[in-house]
This record gives sequence, structure tokens and C-alpha cells, in this order.
Amino acid sequence: MPARSGMARGRHDANFGDELRQRKVVTMAQVLVVTSGKGGVGKTTSTASLGAALARDGAKVAVIDFDVGLRNLDLVLGAERRVVFDLINVINGVAKLSQALIRDKRLETLYLLPASQTRDKDALSEEGVAKVIEELRTKFDWIICDSPAGIERGAMLAMRYADAAIIVTNPEVSSVRDSDRIIGLLDSKTRKAERGERVEKHVLITRYNSVRAARGEMLSINDVLEILSTPLLGIIPESQEVLRASNVGSPVTLNNPLSAPARAYFDAARRLKGESVPMVVPSEGRGIFNKLFARKAA
Amino acid sequence: MRLFHLFRRGSAPIARERLQILLAHERVACSHPDLLGILREEIIAVIGRHVSFEPDKVQIKMDRGKSVSTLAVDIEIPNLDQMSGLVPRYNQPTARPDNSVFGMEGSEI
Repeated sequence: MPARSGMARGRHDANFGDELRQRKVVTMAQVLVVTSGKGGVGKTTSTASLGAALARDGAKVAVIDFDVGLRNLDLVLGAERRVVFDLINVINGVAKLSQALIRDKRLETLYLLPASQTRDKDALSEEGVAKVIEELRTKFDWIICDSPAGIERGAMLAMRYADAAIIVTNPEVSSVRDSDRIIGLLDSKTRKAERGERVEKHVLITRYNSVRAARGEMLSINDVLEILSTPLLGIIPESQEVLRASNVGSPVTLNNPLSAPARAYFDAARRLKGESVPMVVPSEGRGIFNKLFARKAA
Repeated sequence: MRLFHLFRRGSAPIARERLQILLAHERVACSHPDLLGILREEIIAVIGRHVSFEPDKVQIKMDRGKSVSTLAVDIEIPNLDQMSGLVPRYNQPTARPDNSVFGMEGSEI
């Protein structure tokens, strides 16, 4: 794939940082899509954790759930009992955007736009999504679209208007294959791609177990990056803290900010803002393999 | 021996190798969603300029190997001796040499 093999790979793509910084200067919103193809790899967890990490620094962040019929971002954020209107209500003109947005109880700059739990995914229209995102762009610094699994309508619309994509990948064959497919779609089916521009793509490796990777039992970071030829945003270690946080309805970056996965998400959020952060796998301090696994990303 | 080998180096290298081979093929397939269909049409057009045959009797197969893939094109062409004396661009559909239908149709011309 000439288009992809020529891409800069590295633990941090310097151009990406510069470009982001420039955008922040002109206060333009960034639309991110968190996507993966495969289900259960951590898209919703990552959306909530990164959204909270960015909002904690004062940025205005909207997270949008695109998983119509199977919404879960509300649950992971602990806002499930506060949902009144949803994305489809806004698209259909039943509710105003300001009525549907739910402000987080812990972070006043974090907002959730939930998906509909009852409607059909076909209720999402391309024009409707475009309009909602354009309106959000005028009010927020970051708009993070949580994509459903698969490559159906909801997933295609979640990535449609993205400026940058976070491809959540587990170090496992089926997840890597699906990520590769998603990368192909980001390069062809997004509005930016159709205009001849490029959606910035970043791999976020989740559920990484450095002990197993060191033993050769799990694909290593380098294996994944080499296969996908896409720069790395962060490495989230496998941790019980992630489940604990979703149990109580709080992003891990808020629920236990000092835990290994939370620190990894904070690092990833700083990289999104254009900061240069050394790529390490934060550990919870057990065993010799967890000694900060500093490695180059490519 | 093989199991022992697997045990020693872990299964990740195998995963990596399988993925590399698979994705190399899938990327080609995705950039040309109907590669075989396009090949089929163009091959039929080129061969059809010189030989007449029935488009249904064309089989195109692609086999994916580890380092190389093969493209097999199988075209059933009516025997030339049966076609001799006929117009060069004889376009009757049937092609089997021992087929009486062919003779019947040929005699009609």
C-alpha cells in the first residue's frame, strides 16, 4: 500500500503536533473518531477516558455516542439516568442540541451527546450528523465520536466528519485485521479523504500486557505498528482498574487518576494536544517486567 | 518438535506472520473491490478479438500463496478444425467439439 507505507511512523509524529498546535491557536475544534472495527476492544472506555482527561485541563469536550440502539457511553460516564434527549432527537428537530447535551457532574467542561436506545440506526442521516457536528464545532474544543463496532452506517457516519482518528487495537490478530480495514476506510470514505485531504490516524493499543508480549505470547507494540504502518498514540496496559471504573460509571482517568491505565490515557491526551510525551507503558509496579517499558514506537 | 518450538518462542511470531500475509492480500482486494471481475471482462475482450468463445466458458481463479499468488484463466475454445471454413469471427455460442449441436448450427451458415 504505497499510500500507507510512505506515512511517517514513530512514537510521535512531529508534524501532527505542529498541525494541532496551529489549530488550537486559531481555536478550531478538533473532531476525533474513536473506532476499531472489532467490538469489545475498548472504544467506549477510551472515548470516556480521553474525553475526561482533556476536559480536566479545562478544554471544552463533547463526547458523542454513535452506537444507535446499543448505547453505552452514558453508562460508562455514569450519566445513564440523566438521558432525556439523544442524537437522533436533535437530528429530527425534536430537541435542540443544548437540550440533549448532558453536562458531566464531575467536570463542568465535559458533555455527553447520547445515542438513541430505541431508534433504528437508519435514523442517522448524513446531513443530520453534519449539522450536529458543525454546531458542536462552534462550541467545543474537542468533539469525540464514539463509533459502534463494525463497518455499518453508524460506524461510517461516526468517522465521516473526523479530522483525526484514534484506532483502538488489541494486540491480537482479529483486532489488528479489523483495524487495518478501518484504516482503509478512513483513507477512502471520510469527507476529508474524498476532498483529497488526510484524516490523521493514530493507533491506541489497549489491553496490553507487557509480560506476555516479552514472552512472545502476545503481539508486541512494534509488531502491531509495523503491520498497521500508523503512528502510535498510546499504550494502555491491561488492568482491573478499567473494569472497576466502568462498574462505578466513572472514566478511569477520574476514578483512579494515578492508576496505570489512567496515566497512559493522560499521556495519550497530551499527545493529542501536540505535546511530546515519551512512550512508556505505565505499570502498577508488580514484577520486573513492569519496570517502565520504554520503547520506541516504530 | 514443532510444539516444543512453539512453546519456546511463543505464538506471537506466528500471529504476526499470518497477519502480514493476510493483510497484504486484503489491502489489494480492498483497493480493487472487484479485481477479478475487471480482469475477467478485459481478458474476454482481448481474447474475443481473435478467437470466438462463449463468455460463460471463461473461468478466472486467483490463488493466494505465501510469497506469490497465481492467476489461472481457463477459457474453453471451440476446436479450430471445426471452425475452419467458417468466418473468422464466428460467434456461435456452442463450443464442444463432439457436440452435434455445433455441427447443426455450423451447417446453417
